[in-house]
Amino acid sequence: MDLTVGPNQFFWAADRWAALYADLANAPVDRVIVGELVCSKRLPFYQDRLLEAISTLQAAHKKVLVTSLALVTLKRERKLTSELADLGVEVEVNDLTALTYLPDGIRFSVGPLVNVYNEGTLSWLASKGATRVCLPPELPMASIKILATAGAELGVTIEVWGHGRVPLAISGRCYHARLHGRTKDNCQFACEDDADGLEVRTLDDQPFLAMNGVQTLSDSYASAVHHVDALKDAGVAALRLSPQSTGFVEICHVYRQLLDGEQDGDNIADAIGHIAKNTRLSDGFLSGARGVDWSGQLPGSGEGR
Amino acid sequence: MEIVCPAGTPAALRAAVKAGAHTVYCGFNDETNARNFPGLNFDRAEMREGVAFAHSHGSKVLVAINTFPRAGDEAIWQSAVSDAESSRADAVILADPGLLDYAARVHPGLRRHLSVQAAAANADVINFYARCFGVKRVVLPRVLSVPEIAAINAETEVETEVFVFGGLCVMAEGRCSLSSYATGRSPNMNGVCSPASHVVYREDDGVLDARLGGYTIHRVGAGESAPYPTLCKGCFNAGDKAGHLFEDPVSLNAEQLIPQLKSAGVTALKIEGRQRSRSYVAQVVRNFRKAVDALAADQPIPKGMLTYLSEGQATTTGAYKKTWR
Amino acid sequence: MNLMPLPPLSLALTTYARKVALSHPGLFRRLGEYSHTRFVLDPTDLPFAICLEPNGGTPSVTVTRGHAEGAARIAGPLAALLGLVHGAFDGDALFFSRDLVIEGETGAALALRNAVDDAELDLFGEISQRSGPFAEPLQHIIAFAERRTGVCLTRPEEIEAW
Repeated sequence: MDLTVGPNQFFWAADRWAALYADLANAPVDRVIVGELVCSKRLPFYQDRLLEAISTLQAAHKKVLVTSLALVTLKRERKLTSELADLGVEVEVNDLTALTYLPDGIRFSVGPLVNVYNEGTLSWLASKGATRVCLPPELPMASIKILATAGAELGVTIEVWGHGRVPLAISGRCYHARLHGRTKDNCQFACEDDADGLEVRTLDDQPFLAMNGVQTLSDSYASAVHHVDALKDAGVAALRLSPQSTGFVEICHVYRQLLDGEQDGDNIADAIGHIAKNTRLSDGFLSGARGVDWSGQLPGSGEGR
Repeated sequence: MEIVCPAGTPAALRAAVKAGAHTVYCGFNDETNARNFPGLNFDRAEMREGVAFAHSHGSKVLVAINTFPRAGDEAIWQSAVSDAESSRADAVILADPGLLDYAARVHPGLRRHLSVQAAAANADVINFYARCFGVKRVVLPRVLSVPEIAAINAETEVETEVFVFGGLCVMAEGRCSLSSYATGRSPNMNGVCSPASHVVYREDDGVLDARLGGYTIHRVGAGESAPYPTLCKGCFNAGDKAGHLFEDPVSLNAEQLIPQLKSAGVTALKIEGRQRSRSYVAQVVRNFRKAVDALAADQPIPKGMLTYLSEGQATTTGAYKKTWR
Repeated sequence: MNLMPLPPLSLALTTYARKVALSHPGLFRRLGEYSHTRFVLDPTDLPFAICLEPNGGTPSVTVTRGHAEGAARIAGPLAALLGLVHGAFDGDALFFSRDLVIEGETGAALALRNAVDDAELDLFGEISQRSGPFAEPLQHIIAFAERRTGVCLTRPEEIEAW
């Protein structure tokens, strides 16, 4: 199985942003998706570093793609989206709007924010030129198996969410701006202080979600560590790792060890907890009753699965 | 302007038609529609009778088949499309590209509307859906301002339908997994959001706690009005702030914006609320019918919507005013 | 009402509920997975609670003083409960205003609410058509309820709309 690094979902300063991709050039990953997924207002801050990041990664023999925005509404965003293919790398469509601008017959990838729930949609996307689809993180294992089988027949490679806070929702409203009493148009980039999103806790102080501008993520980091064998058997070709501010390159390494069979899932789950403290893991979308559920041991509880 | 009214039951459909609905939308009693709530919706016979009743009173019926078919079970959604056509429904409201593709190929004579669940938020993607699947109307996502709606209408031949009253999603619909994260049941896959089956209320000394999937979503004191425990309208803590971080427990009322929506080129006004009672449906429909009739006669829009019908007993004009964002 | 003996009331309401089940089969079909759930309807301004067991379409009703156990409990003033059954009020609106309190299986309560709303029950009409040994106690209850709650148990709003 391959490892794909998804687009950075958060707003990092340009130097930190560039450092991530410089580091990833030396990480054991096969594919890296760059570009802005969440908010078009962030892009100008690192736009002029994009080409350098792409060439660094390509020089290190990584396949590089550029993502579309997750929600395209404004004229400026439509223009930006229509120019994506000009970067000279394959486009990952995360809003079907991006598909409308791609030249006929061009190959493209489909990201986890496009609703690919069934064979009909997969087959329609394949007919438009999709060769790779990262399935929505919400899909259960039963759907993944069916879609991986269908993908093999259609010539579409199937990837699933492997690690990271799960993108749960996207809105027209910026919650970071709202939290600071500002409107989206005058947000003053309130999201830049929260490199992994801002924790949202319940009234009982239970960690629940993470706020990231117009995006809402899970508090937990969804992790497929306990499902690698089942995903391989199903014919899934890659796991997607989503960048985080602490120890991301190490995260890439431990997942590589897992895929190579050097470590088992429980060991990797422990390792993740050591790399980034207070990381709560989940894999309920794959196998649990609800997304937040975790099939492994809870830290300190001693309860086996 | 056309008013498009909700019907969760045959009784609500009759109430809406009698109250002056030009069009009623409803769904089958299974996971194919995005209001798959206990005790709601239409079996096949009820749908046929409902459509016949509406037609005999000059109203149209749209059938919402707007969840995303489960892999391996697409036949359930496909047969819903076939049964909508044989019920003589006037159109189906679809969101899934695979199902739209199926409907366009197998049921070309059945009019297709694009559901809000497709979150088509700009003219380019709306025109793309029209080119690929022949959709005649799009229900716009609730993230757009009135000037943005006008701009969309200037660039597309596809009719637009917008929400004017009722529950308000703050997230782009069809792009939200909050509910399945907390409860395992999602709008996209199961047609439910923050499902009642996962809600637990506890009232203690007048303080009402609402928990969803084990997470406390609200706590209201004695005498305060109670919101439904919808995740995105919950009360949470972040940083040093506490409160309704995503949206207040309010519902949409764009009644006074109807003239602007008409000038923006909107064809139809949609009322949310298939989960509400026939009494609610009748009151809201009557009110909005009066409003559009007044507009057609160049009269001012009567102020009438009663806030007591609304969640949190407070209303907002939502994204239609840009400051909402 | 305090003095009304409960067993005859339970029997009268059971007979009435079975009549409704026959004339409105859709009501119990709509309960779906909750068609064997025990519901407690608790008029908070009266000294008793009503237990409804749908039994898949052969309902039984028992009236008890004090606390009653059930999987789902809907509590509120008699006026709110009757208005809900009769279709004069909207359940969500009553809930938002805290006139109704729901406990236990919320999904079951919702199913019952929706099923009853679709059935378009006309309490006065159905009871006034009844004859037999329980007609009189039921009419007595309805008359009491109308006096007590001010909810008109015929349906002028729907007649007008025609």
